[in-house]
Amino acid sequence: MAGLITTLSDTTFDEEVGSATEPVVVDFWAEWCGPCKMIAPILAEIAEEHEGSLRIGKLNVDDAPEIARRFEVMSIPTLIVFKDGEPAKRIVGAKGKAQLLDDLADFL
Amino acid sequence: MPADVRDVVIIGSGPAGLTAAIYTARANLAPVVLEGEPSSTSDQPGGQLMLTTEVENFPGFPEGVMGPQLMVNFRDQAERFGAQLHTVKASRVDFGQRPFRIWVGDPDAPAPTWLANSVIVSTGAQSLMLGLDNETRLIGHGVSTCATCDGFFFRDQEIAVVGGGDSAVEEASFLTKFASKVTIIHRRDELRASKIMQDRAFANDKIEFHWNGQVSEIIGEDRLEGVVVTDTQDGSTERLDVSGLFVAIGHKPNTDLFDGQLDRKDNGYLVTVPGSSRTNVEGVFACGDVQDDYYRQAITAAGSGCMAAIDAERWLETQH
Repeated sequence: MAGLITTLSDTTFDEEVGSATEPVVVDFWAEWCGPCKMIAPILAEIAEEHEGSLRIGKLNVDDAPEIARRFEVMSIPTLIVFKDGEPAKRIVGAKGKAQLLDDLADFL
Repeated sequence: MPADVRDVVIIGSGPAGLTAAIYTARANLAPVVLEGEPSSTSDQPGGQLMLTTEVENFPGFPEGVMGPQLMVNFRDQAERFGAQLHTVKASRVDFGQRPFRIWVGDPDAPAPTWLANSVIVSTGAQSLMLGLDNETRLIGHGVSTCATCDGFFFRDQEIAVVGGGDSAVEEASFLTKFASKVTIIHRRDELRASKIMQDRAFANDKIEFHWNGQVSEIIGEDRLEGVVVTDTQDGSTERLDVSGLFVAIGHKPNTDLFDGQLDRKDNGYLVTVPGSSRTNVEGVFACGDVQDDYYRQAITAAGSGCMAAIDAERWLETQH
């Protein structure tokens, strides 16, 4: 299931996010963030259920702090939805699946 | 379709709820745990420790343990003995009839999601916010409810922590790993925090104190730019330019769900019979911070979770 989530890095981020034809949800996370771990399994489910219409990538802010800074991420988990390579929506904080799907409804 | 009647349903999954789960699972009561939904504001699976950093006072971990890791351990231990965990939030309860009825999702659904012979309530408490304009809007843009999640983003910046208890001082100490300066804003002229935490804070060059101060305004459009602090003695105001604000001013119990069903104290905490976990409803037990406005420690929560499990087990025996 987790295989559907792309692991992004500072070298692959721009290409992966910029070249995608479907919206890409980028999960800014880190190992030391409890709430990030809570939403990881939910994101895996969403990636599977919406394969084809939505892509999900995860970016470890410890490994790619410049990208987190570029998008002014100041709290994790933060999910940014990129459409045509541009940030289209930002979701801050951990949430339940129903709430997340609601927040992502425009892109599903 | 109402499920089978379960012997024990536990609402909440912090140290209290998961300890109750370990004990009732080992007593072959096949507990169901409604662990809550993910959140970054102290109302999440694993409870308040999911938002903390290093826990140094939980016995059995001489080198300390990270709060989220400790809760993963609790959870694994409960699952090992067959506790059934569901990542959902109870939306309504009816303790007026037996078996007790619990709803998940739509609270107006005609049929409850769970039926239970006994219920253990361990919904905990959550952090209070200041309640100021801009506060909620700027969460994730400088205002934080989770120091461990967000400290990283304030490297070499000047930030503030509001509060004077253990959580505030611990957060401030943790945040000095990143920030260039951390100002503790406290409305009194002395801290409530434990002696060891105070000594550590006073010895930390990066921590400054703003005594007798109350944050009265949060400033910022797209991101936090500063706060206005009003002096509690003479009413004078001062602006503090900070890019981060961490609030640790206390807690409120998560008891709205039980309004009108379980007795509560004036401050909202559930009432239990002293020396037990019994509530005013026979067969409903409460443990952890939801019924503790005094100790509020992970270890006391775990201890009271054990009490609730034993109380529930013995009470169920009398029902057969």
